[in-house]
Amino acid sequence: MSKLTPVLSAHWDQKDSFTIDAYKRNGGYAAAVKALAMDPDALIQLVKDSGLRGRGGAGFPTGMKWGFIPQGDNKEHYLVVNADESEPGTCKDMPLLMANPHVLVEGVIIAAYAIRAKHAFIYIRGEVTHVVRRLNKAIADAYKAGYLGKNVFGTGHDIDLVLHIGAGAYICGEETALLDSLEGFRGQPRLRPPFPAIAGLYARPTVVNNVESIAAVPAIVANGAEWYQSMGTEKSKGATLYSLSGHVNNPGQFEAPLGITLREILELAGGIRNGHQLKFWTPGGSSTPLFTAEHLDVPLDYEGVAAAGSMLGTKALQIFDETTCVVRAVLRWTEFYKHESCGKCTPCREGTWWLVQILRDLEEGKGSEADLAKLLDLCDNIMGRSFCALGDGATSPITSSIKYFRDEYIAHVTGAGCPFDAAKSTLFAEAK
Amino acid sequence: MTTFANSATEVTPVEMITVVIDGFEVTVPKGTLIIRAAEKLGIQIPRFCDHPLLDPVGACRQCLVDVEINGRAFPKPQASCTIPVEPNMIVKTQLTSAVADKAQKGVMELLLGNHPLDCPVCDKGGECPLQNQAMSNGNAQSQLTGYKRTFEKPINISSQVLLDRERCVLCARCTRFSNQIASDSFITLNHRGALQQVGIYENDPFNSYFSGNTIQICPVGALTGASYRFRARPFDLVSTPSACEHCASGCDMRTDVRRGKTLRRLAGDDAAVNEEWNCDKGRWAFKYVTSTDRLTQPLVRNSEGVLVQASWPEALAAAAAGLKGKRAAVLTGGRITTEDAYGYSKFARIALKTNDIDFRARVSGEEEGNFLAAKIAGKFDVHYSDIDSADHVLLVAFEPEEESPIVFLRLNKNFKKRNLKVTSVATKGSIAMDKLKANFIKVAPGAEAAAVATVALTAKSVILLGERASESIGLISAAIALAEKTGAKLAWIPRRAGERGALESGAFPTLLPGGRPVADSAARVDVAAAWGIDSLPSEPGRTTHQIIEALSQNELDAVVVGGVDARDLLRSNKVLDVLKNSFVVSLEIATSSITEVADVVLPVAAITEKSGSFLNWEGRARAFDAAVDDSHNRSDVRILSALADAMGESISLGTVSATAREIAQLGKWDGTRVAFTTVNEGNALTPSGDQAILTSWRRLLDMGTLQRGEDNLAGTRRQTVAVISQKRASAIGVVSGDQVRISNANGSITLPSLVEDIHDDAVWIPRNSFGSQALIALDAVHGELVTVVKA
Repeated sequence: MSKLTPVLSAHWDQKDSFTIDAYKRNGGYAAAVKALAMDPDALIQLVKDSGLRGRGGAGFPTGMKWGFIPQGDNKEHYLVVNADESEPGTCKDMPLLMANPHVLVEGVIIAAYAIRAKHAFIYIRGEVTHVVRRLNKAIADAYKAGYLGKNVFGTGHDIDLVLHIGAGAYICGEETALLDSLEGFRGQPRLRPPFPAIAGLYARPTVVNNVESIAAVPAIVANGAEWYQSMGTEKSKGATLYSLSGHVNNPGQFEAPLGITLREILELAGGIRNGHQLKFWTPGGSSTPLFTAEHLDVPLDYEGVAAAGSMLGTKALQIFDETTCVVRAVLRWTEFYKHESCGKCTPCREGTWWLVQILRDLEEGKGSEADLAKLLDLCDNIMGRSFCALGDGATSPITSSIKYFRDEYIAHVTGAGCPFDAAKSTLFAEAK
Repeated sequence: MTTFANSATEVTPVEMITVVIDGFEVTVPKGTLIIRAAEKLGIQIPRFCDHPLLDPVGACRQCLVDVEINGRAFPKPQASCTIPVEPNMIVKTQLTSAVADKAQKGVMELLLGNHPLDCPVCDKGGECPLQNQAMSNGNAQSQLTGYKRTFEKPINISSQVLLDRERCVLCARCTRFSNQIASDSFITLNHRGALQQVGIYENDPFNSYFSGNTIQICPVGALTGASYRFRARPFDLVSTPSACEHCASGCDMRTDVRRGKTLRRLAGDDAAVNEEWNCDKGRWAFKYVTSTDRLTQPLVRNSEGVLVQASWPEALAAAAAGLKGKRAAVLTGGRITTEDAYGYSKFARIALKTNDIDFRARVSGEEEGNFLAAKIAGKFDVHYSDIDSADHVLLVAFEPEEESPIVFLRLNKNFKKRNLKVTSVATKGSIAMDKLKANFIKVAPGAEAAAVATVALTAKSVILLGERASESIGLISAAIALAEKTGAKLAWIPRRAGERGALESGAFPTLLPGGRPVADSAARVDVAAAWGIDSLPSEPGRTTHQIIEALSQNELDAVVVGGVDARDLLRSNKVLDVLKNSFVVSLEIATSSITEVADVVLPVAAITEKSGSFLNWEGRARAFDAAVDDSHNRSDVRILSALADAMGESISLGTVSATAREIAQLGKWDGTRVAFTTVNEGNALTPSGDQAILTSWRRLLDMGTLQRGEDNLAGTRRQTVAVISQKRASAIGVVSGDQVRISNANGSITLPSLVEDIHDDAVWIPRNSFGSQALIALDAVHGELVTVVKA
């Protein structure tokens, strides 16, 4: 039996999966009707019971987050969906929204109702025009069908959904920076407390959830908490999208219960590209410490990955084979973080500036062994010292790569340059 | 332990929390930030973005410390500027935690990594928090050897403020000050990451009245003042605590002098008054002291009618000869110190044997004279702290940002922190009203009194009455009636720094020093005894306008004038004509319209050259020492004392300090006050056709004589415009920007129009701005009919 448990991705193979007709044909919007007949508190309890945890990377229990919203406070509440998927390697939300935008819309209806929000927002990254178009269409169709707007499904409840298109800043994936951006300011993380649950969007109680977390809600409502609990591991319940990319024969989305291993996913994906071996991989995007072949059997759930010294993150499994220069890969990522640092705090803004310079010298063979100590010292001065997690994330690939591939760094020094042929790591290299 | 609110009847208990920092216990009020609690123990945690008067931001990460609560340690060091103390908190700073020390040194290294090592040519070098903390909390060597960011330098973000971007540590103190304190969001952080920088909006320079504060709180040399840049090294400056002479806010200041020349002035630190801020006028308008029109030698008009230089004995003899035995009066302005005002007051009574003395060198009225004597003199019961506890503040004929900027900052602080309700009875809306979201009761000029009567206040409210209230008949009476009806506190806020001190010193026709009524024989005996003379003149004196009138009617022969500009008075041409035909002794710092017609001119010291004090609007003494010690160090009171001696009528006020002692010994009057007689509201004017009722006030930055010589400051002035309502604009066919002509029988002013929130019957112009000097051009300021047409 296949290890896969397609729920979100169950109907992606249908040609018209993204339309409202297809979604309804496959049972869509029934969960919303069911949810709207429930007590909102019971809905929150249901999601708590399901064990659903935030799929944006941190893994915070979704139901608990909803429960933090003060009730009966006579204030507007807001639901904000974080669709600013920008982490290098992370590519789960965009395919999901391309193939099935209505599952998010339905999730929004249920979640907004549960937290007593009349207004919900989806903050989507600006570069993905095609996804924006599909989502816009889905929202418009939902309005037309009476699922959004005034008196949704004839239940007397009002839920408005606004799609906000970001301007292409990685930092806006950080929930408080996202809120600032949504309010029309430059996206920079806010000082916490107050947390968004108390003073979020426009200083009102706000839930910020990842696309995949909200999209998981309709299935939980439809099938019950026990069904969801039946998947996954002890503390990491349910199924999730693993995004496999890089040097594999069959890259793509693999929806499987939490706790599956990379070895199992690689089998489903037809293995590492032919004739090559796994060298290193990221379990959850570039800001999670690297793994190597020795981690093939690490259970890919929140606890398992953490125990092995990394983070499950966004389950973006970037696979690199032995043709890849780890120094070069890490430099590219570091350049990304330098470019995306918002500039608010010193360690991240200044630290990434210097990390790039040192790594670039090393990669070009102009570095020295002492530069490794310098890199690690700089990382120590950034990690845990910066304002938000962006700075922390910037150090992960560096410290983990030095941990596992110190010799390769040294080889760049002693060999006065990169020992790799960069062309060989390209996906088209074999085709020549 | 408790702390006491300012009002004596209220005791607000504050929860106290004890924490352990570096092994020492300290008890602080709940809500205190760790960094501040550490300060109480004398433990200095390095910081850049932190500022006690700005909201925490936690951006620079310099103040990282290890924190443990209830035995649970935070996994990583925390920014001590963002975390309030909690019970059972244990903090380890750089002194006891190797992790915190490493974290701080790491952040410092990163800040220095991109900082240019141009300390030897940087204005901040020598007083730089980055320099100092790099020494105290940084590594001696940096391991960062690559490329630093460079920028074109410097860029003007206003005519007065320069920005060197590569020096900036992006702490956001300047942008937060402008946002949170001044509500002037003219500067912001732009761009991202390493390219982040302070910037202005494309077409709007940093023309905030408070922009200089950003330079003062910049922890590096990124923001510098155009007027001070490259002028001095901090360690070459001699600093003297001083007070600001520009308005009645009463800012504490510091004057920095190098080799006899004032090079800069900074806001002083007085939590009760200006906190740590001041306005740009106070900071930068001091060049008049060294301007070329300063008087240095006495001048005497010779037999050919020409003013020629004279020695001091000659000049004093000439002045004494002209005054002795003559019917003479004293005109003195609102810019003199309390001690100088006391000198004029005593000189008038003893040497000239008259009560003809008035400090109000401006438009004023009888109602105001009665009000000041009855309700203000000797009363010191409204303070800045009353704004902090007020439930509602009513502004009457008072535009705080233009006329007393620190009062504005205090109002704004209370608006921002606790949504203080502010109401303004005014003819025209303003930027400050917008910032304070004030309830704007729009009235026609002259109709203020009726509107004031309708405002609902309580005993916790405060009425701030501007000096312009005297320009609208019955308005002061209405404010008093409202205060009496509701129990609200009533404060009078004059525009000039010396007015309150002059009032208390008896430079006033109906009051002797200490608020003693001239008409009260016991009060006269009191003062006569203190002064060692038999009696004082008992006839109440003339006001400024009456003195001019008496001179023109030959009821007076001579006048001693100190610190008065005829251009501040109505019918100034007539005033100058009258003075030309009278014997005039002028005490002045620089040539003026008065010195030109004077018979004897006696040069006196400017503010930085002398000691003395002002009373601000609260009646709070703001004492200062001479910052510049040179030959001009002659306060008016010393000259008057010498002149009295030359007349054989000694007033024995040889020094400022002796004068201050005498004022203190005399004390204030505790007897009966002058009664206040209510004045009924004047008749409202009804403009017809192109007619409008004029209204005006002075802008903070304008043609004021004390702003002379400071072009960089002048560059940040607000635009000179004539403000009319939309209805009027449509009626005369103009849109904002079109020229309009405001005229009356005396003359006209042509200005670009601005359509704004103003009463339909009114037209507003700045009272003394470039291109719009209401007194000179129209001989009118408020409540008079003018014609407004498209130019």
